[in-house]
Amino acid sequence: MSTVMESKVRIQREDFSVTDEIEAIKKVSRNIGGIVVFLGTGRELSKGENISKLNFEHYPKMAEKKLQELREKAIADFKIIDMSIIHRIGEIDIGENIVLIVAAGEHRKEAFEACEWAITELKRTTPIWKKETTSTGEVWVQDTP
Amino acid sequence: MVTLKYFASLKSIAGKEEERLDLGSETTVQQLSEALSKTAPQIAEMIRGKKIIVSVNQNVAALDTVIHDGDEVAFLPPFSGGAI
Repeated sequence: MSTVMESKVRIQREDFSVTDEIEAIKKVSRNIGGIVVFLGTGRELSKGENISKLNFEHYPKMAEKKLQELREKAIADFKIIDMSIIHRIGEIDIGENIVLIVAAGEHRKEAFEACEWAITELKRTTPIWKKETTSTGEVWVQDTP
Repeated sequence: MVTLKYFASLKSIAGKEEERLDLGSETTVQQLSEALSKTAPQIAEMIRGKKIIVSVNQNVAALDTVIHDGDEVAFLPPFSGGAI
């Protein structure tokens, strides 16, 4: 058995199973009628440069707290049934999973809106940083002021 | 003593990940930036120019936020998680 359901908000080094996370949230309520999933993956090309690997760093405690706040606000404001947010840290190869947001609602509309809001807010408010390694060296990405 | 933490790009700018400073009983983020002007001038400038976020005990702080003995202060460059 994997680590699914230990917590609805997790920051972890190991990969996650999208299918397992969807199945876990489906068990929360029989009133779920729509589930929207955002999966962020490692992209090879960034600003015209080929990336060989990514590395994510976070501020422990504060990052988990921010994700928990995001989840609670998404559930309250968009009136969805549940949400799980998982973000990986450490070294990540191209094509690998990085971040997963699963929004479950009675209907699709609120689930779509909550999911989009959550990933946008995550990027804006959560202390997680990405370092890209290219043939010319390593650079911390800072394109969200 | 106050613990200062540097993250991501700020680690190489400051040349360290963490340090401990004796700031007296109470000081503000603004006063901390002035204290850092001698030891870490680039960081001090970024604090005053609001190019980075300062947190006190994992909460986002303002220039007039008061720092107490035993607090954890972190310097956070613009975030870039999420992979999009």
